[in-house]
Amino acid sequence: MSVDPRDEIVQHLPALRAFALSLTRNGALADDMVQDSLVKAWTKIDSYEPGTNMRAWLFTILRNTYYSNRRKAGREVADVDGVYTASLSEKPAHDGRLQMSDFHIAFAKLNDEQREALILVGASGFSYEEAAEMCGVAVGTIKSRTNRARSRLAELMHLDMDEALEMTDGATLAVISGNRTASVG
Amino acid sequence: MAQDRNKARQSQVIDDNLKRVYQDMLEEKVPDRFLDLLSQLKGQQDKETHGDAK
Repeated sequence: MSVDPRDEIVQHLPALRAFALSLTRNGALADDMVQDSLVKAWTKIDSYEPGTNMRAWLFTILRNTYYSNRRKAGREVADVDGVYTASLSEKPAHDGRLQMSDFHIAFAKLNDEQREALILVGASGFSYEEAAEMCGVAVGTIKSRTNRARSRLAELMHLDMDEALEMTDGATLAVISGNRTASVG
Repeated sequence: MAQDRNKARQSQVIDDNLKRVYQDMLEEKVPDRFLDLLSQLKGQQDKETHGDAK
């Protein structure tokens, strides 16, 4: 009996849902997209090269579904402060973690391309090269999108960022505050 | 220099939190509808394969 690569799809379901949720920020929409993507993946398995990264292949199908729906809708379906953000249970922490509610809201304010790049590279552990291939853009584009996304988040999270920095260990803190107060020359 | 270090630290904080959010999503239980869908697709395919063989 030959090995059907499709049997591997199930292993990637949690990641696929997480990626869909990051893109749409809406649980119902995300799951509809995952459903569409699963059917596409199943029927287009011939376009998958065995031995290559299946997660990347599935993510590519999902993002193509998302962007083609967005194009059809003719506008960005922004869900800032939306369903997903609102439904999260918040656990404020004081150990250097950012307030998750604030982080989610800030994250939702990034544009789709920035959010996508940051999730692929910053959270899912894809390389810049892999992310570039998945998004069909140059490596430099992915790099600048992730950089801009990080800067924007840092800007949006400004107050919490200061808090987070205060929670870092003494040595780091000394370096940071030292740099802040050091006069030039 | 100082700015670079600050920036690196910021990126680190952002990525750490991003990973935490992502990890939470990864740990969510996959709804049965997806497992059902996959077994349904598999069932269809088995039927087709058997159909072809005969």
